[in-house]
Amino acid sequence: MRFIWRAAALAAMTALLWSAHAQQPVRIGSTLALTGPLGSAGNIQKVAIEVYIDDLNSRGGLLGRKVEWVLKDDQSRPDLARTLYEQLATVDKVDLLMGPYGTASILSAMGVAQRYGKILIHNSFGTPRLAKYDMQFSASGGAGDPENVWPNLVFDAVATAPKPPKTVAIVTTKFPSAHSIALGAREVAKKRGLTEVLFLEYEFGNRDFGAIAARVKDAKPDFVFAGALGLDGVLLLDAMKKIDYQPPMHFYTFPAPGPMLKLPEAKNALALTTFEEHPPHTGNPQATQFIQGFRERAAKASLPSTSVDLLSTIAYASWQVLEAAVSGARSLDDKALAQWLRQSQVDTVMGRLSWQGTPEGPPNFVMGKDIYKVKQLQDGKWLVVWPKEFAAPGAKLIGP
Amino acid sequence: MPSYALLGQSALSGVFIGALYGLLGLGLTLSWGMLRQINLAHFALVFLGAYLTYQLGAAGMDPLVTLALIAPAFFLFGAALHLLLARFKVNALNTLLVTFGFMVMLESLIQWIWSADFRRLESHYGDVKWKVGELFVPLPELLTLALACGLALAVWAALRFTDLGKAMRATAEDAPIAAAFGVNEKLLSLLLSGLCAAFAAVAGMCLALSHTLAPSQIYAWIGVVFAVVMIGGLGNPLGPLVAGVVIGVSEGLTMAVTAPVWAPLVSFSLLIAALLLRPEKF
Repeated sequence: MRFIWRAAALAAMTALLWSAHAQQPVRIGSTLALTGPLGSAGNIQKVAIEVYIDDLNSRGGLLGRKVEWVLKDDQSRPDLARTLYEQLATVDKVDLLMGPYGTASILSAMGVAQRYGKILIHNSFGTPRLAKYDMQFSASGGAGDPENVWPNLVFDAVATAPKPPKTVAIVTTKFPSAHSIALGAREVAKKRGLTEVLFLEYEFGNRDFGAIAARVKDAKPDFVFAGALGLDGVLLLDAMKKIDYQPPMHFYTFPAPGPMLKLPEAKNALALTTFEEHPPHTGNPQATQFIQGFRERAAKASLPSTSVDLLSTIAYASWQVLEAAVSGARSLDDKALAQWLRQSQVDTVMGRLSWQGTPEGPPNFVMGKDIYKVKQLQDGKWLVVWPKEFAAPGAKLIGP
Repeated sequence: MPSYALLGQSALSGVFIGALYGLLGLGLTLSWGMLRQINLAHFALVFLGAYLTYQLGAAGMDPLVTLALIAPAFFLFGAALHLLLARFKVNALNTLLVTFGFMVMLESLIQWIWSADFRRLESHYGDVKWKVGELFVPLPELLTLALACGLALAVWAALRFTDLGKAMRATAEDAPIAAAFGVNEKLLSLLLSGLCAAFAAVAGMCLALSHTLAPSQIYAWIGVVFAVVMIGGLGNPLGPLVAGVVIGVSEGLTMAVTAPVWAPLVSFSLLIAALLLRPEKF
């Protein structure tokens, strides 16, 4: 009789412990650049991820457990990102890691993830050839060779203009990712027979674009390819306006979307994107839900622009990838998740992602193709204009 | 060979950015040279002034008129900061550390209120420009140049020709002796500190007129403005303006004839040259 009582008590305790474990949230740690030079981008990503986690938890979370996001501010500093990821892995002892924002911080986080054997899904790694870790997965939708794919995409787009460009001016920041893409643009332009009338490099954080604008004007290019990040494009356009110059066609790699929208002289500017708020991108319920949730939260967070675009979408998609991996592998084990991702495809809000790498490319990167599109600022709205199948209804590239 | 229009426009652009360097450096050089306070918070104050101009401008107020509210408020803040530093007898080197703390706090305050995202003042001034020969002259930059020249000359003249200015210079030279001659050193220091902060408000307004704002950009100006202040001579109100224009034009012409990536080297090469050739000034 005593044995039966003891067995029953043990069973009850085991059940209680199991139940308590099942009630504990899955803790997922990451940093974002909430302050510092990349702060504007980091705050947009924070809002997008919060929208996703709310939705995920309303659907029961991961493996039946709620998700708790342990977020730290890396202040746009890769050195701090490294320290914070160490903390997340050793002190906070999170179940999973997610990537920070920006190439340099992702590279820092990747080193820590490798040291602790953690999977790292990231969304804004601009120099894939630097990724050597085989459990890192990009959810940005970009190829392993963006310096080849993106310039080709852009030059394909401008070739559809009524008067395709014959000359190009390439102006670029020395910031590594944008710089390598601009160098790729030089090669692509040359191969396509365009004449390079100007090539300029400036330091990241340059304040005065007056002389650069004057040189662009002096060179009289048909097309300006600006390897510009964040505010650079706005500052360059401002400087061009002051000398009464409007380039016939102009492209900016990753401009700050909000300020660019409000700038009249940014009319017809081109940029890269994965998603914009118009059909065919909005043609599924998840996209609609994301847009609505993002608008509400972005307004509460006082973001200058409440529209969903590249930055918010890649952040959202990276968590979609994580959820798909956990659900697919039915596990939180890092190796199991990595194994599942290597063999699978994930449908995200911005398109289908896969990670079947090739021996010549960085691990888990597809080479030579990706899901990026070219958008253009038309009548105060960013509209995808290339490739045609993703273009906004009736939208065409406007050019001279 | 670059065209004359390109060289001229680049040099003019250098004059304008140099004027902004000078305006940013005016308050800094006075507090450093005359109060022995290396006030890093000055940069954060400039940005706070710019954000307040943006906010009041967005509410419909003319950016120039906003100075009537912001400058007096900053004057009080500057005086209060001086009271605090004087109360705890913070020496010159330590003011660097203390005011760095204030700078970080002000940056956090700016970010808390306006977020880390970019903000841009939309004003009618931004649309006005004139064509003089082959060159374009935008109004916001011209205003900055006029204010920088006007304030630097006014402060220089006040320090040189008025009793108040002479008393301030005497206090900066030797406070105990000046006090022995009846100069109220504490009051003059408060006044000067307040004025330096008010100059930050003016620089902030000019910054808001011609630049897009983000809290983290506070740090982007520190290096070059320090160079301008040191080359111009500590405590010399005309120095930062002259040094700023020299650096701005040098940077502009460097960008016009070589790779723009070389431009930042110009200001620091000039600083090193100044330190080597005029060590007694530092």
